[in-house]
Amino acid sequence: MPRGTKLAAGLVALVLLLAFPVIFTLPYPRDVMIRIFLYAMLATAWNVLAGYCGQISLGHAVFFGTGAYTSTILVKTLGLTPWAGMLAGAVLAVGLSQVIGYPVFRLRGHYFAIATIAVGEIVQTLMINWDWAGGARGLFIPIDRTGSLLAFQFRDKQIYYYIALALLLLALWITRRIERSRTGYYFRAIREDQDAAASLGIPVARYKQRAMALSAGLTALGGTFYAQYILFIDPESVMPLSLSILICLVAVLGGVGTLWGPLVGAAILVPLGEATRIYLGGTGKAIDLLIYGFLIMVISVIQPGGIMALAQRGRRRTG
Amino acid sequence: MTAEVLLQGIVSGLLMGLVYALIAAGLSLIFGLMEIVNFAHGEFLMLAMFSTYWAWALWRLDPIVSLPLTAAALFLLGVATYLGLIRWIIGAPMLAQIFATFGLAIFLRSAAQALWGVDFQLVKDPLIQGRISLGGLFIGMPQLAASVGALLAFVFLNWFISRTETGLALQATAQDRQAASLMGINTQRMFALGWGIGSACVGVAGALLTIFFYVFPDVGSSFALLAYVTVALGGFGNVPGTLVAGVVVGLIEALGGLLIAPALKYVAVFLVYLLVVLWRPQGLFGRF
Repeated sequence: MPRGTKLAAGLVALVLLLAFPVIFTLPYPRDVMIRIFLYAMLATAWNVLAGYCGQISLGHAVFFGTGAYTSTILVKTLGLTPWAGMLAGAVLAVGLSQVIGYPVFRLRGHYFAIATIAVGEIVQTLMINWDWAGGARGLFIPIDRTGSLLAFQFRDKQIYYYIALALLLLALWITRRIERSRTGYYFRAIREDQDAAASLGIPVARYKQRAMALSAGLTALGGTFYAQYILFIDPESVMPLSLSILICLVAVLGGVGTLWGPLVGAAILVPLGEATRIYLGGTGKAIDLLIYGFLIMVISVIQPGGIMALAQRGRRRTG
Repeated sequence: MTAEVLLQGIVSGLLMGLVYALIAAGLSLIFGLMEIVNFAHGEFLMLAMFSTYWAWALWRLDPIVSLPLTAAALFLLGVATYLGLIRWIIGAPMLAQIFATFGLAIFLRSAAQALWGVDFQLVKDPLIQGRISLGGLFIGMPQLAASVGALLAFVFLNWFISRTETGLALQATAQDRQAASLMGINTQRMFALGWGIGSACVGVAGALLTIFFYVFPDVGSSFALLAYVTVALGGFGNVPGTLVAGVVVGLIEALGGLLIAPALKYVAVFLVYLLVVLWRPQGLFGRF
């Protein structure tokens, strides 16, 4: 596509997205869109580390939970606005990611993936047993109905919608910037061949840590958003292994290592999950998950590169 | 804490560790053969346990009696998984491989839930029960039987891999796929066999566990997590290393529960694992 058409298409898409909550005033379609944005944003953040830098983390729920818990605890103890809590959560997640990264980045491939699972399990278990932070019972975010923007709580889903959209655009913008920067080339060099990258003088360990920091910080922003949107958090909802896996799944479905892959993945997976849950979920027989698992297998086999790979192949064929 | 309690902890950890080792051995064998981690391993264990349970519920077959049946059923499941799923993703990127088996895990777990519900089931009144007392030390007979069974299965597995011609062909395939096929080894058949044997290991472990452990669709997940850590701790693809690592995991779990807090026993296991890989990234006995 020529540059002009691309820009026009982007603008039309943005206007449509901005107009969506004005047209659809019911809470449900807005909620679905908000969750698409949230998961797309989390998968985009994960994609920076796994897709571009090639370090497959299966423990990203740790950073999501860090964001959710930091802002919530700050609201409860100090009455600090969640916006500041969001920032604090991101900073804490970045710090935590550097501490975690130091041992786990010595590992490669499956060893790395399993070590991140282990870290995730450790942190989740600690949170379950940490009574001061709510323990297994979780924490309620204190209700504030002043309607003040600072409280980060809204009766109307429309405002959540725009915040989620803004977070997604931020994540996409950062990814775009990285893609075209020297850092992005370094990331991809590390992904393709770590030893070759090191032999060319790329400080591999430092750049892995950098990818981890960016990824963790962005993920934590999503965590705070989730806490303020749902108004209740517990280790089982913000830190489970299943969340870490869902985040990767969204990116894998869309296409890892591509800018739009995570968004495409979320736009398919979230409504799909909703549809199977609504039509098949109520029986208590987990038929929805049965189909879900089957689809994941089929996609992994027939399209391991995700949907973006399919689109790229189509484009190449048409010239 | 008295020395007696500590000793009791060590013995229980040792017994459980042998079962963990057998679960992890199957995983390690498959990884060594084709560098694919089966993330549905816990669900295979769950199916083995359900198969043992149903053999008892429907035909009153004791877990020990139905053990060969369960092992055979899991062998077939492993071969079927290879033929139906794994064969198609051999050259695929690591992420696609991870998610193919994750999808299988979700599928199997929900299938079990749809078919058999989420209630906890228990084999009542098994042949092996009770406990023996050794100088003030109590050992549950089911646990003892399970660990002896696991050890026997391990010895058999090791004999098969290192002493039989088929086992050597398996090893050759693991070392160099192309060279093996040049020597006339049918690597596809070896892969299928590896999946069969690896799953049969979990079948034996599942049957042994069912003597004293309850069965439900999600039972595999905690065992699977321990199995991944055990495999990584022992070194991927190193089956004897897995035995040592399994015992280490069992001991840390038991002693962590005793000395720190029962709720934090897995934290102890995972922390020790992280410390070990910080020192030896390839695991205790692995090579890159």
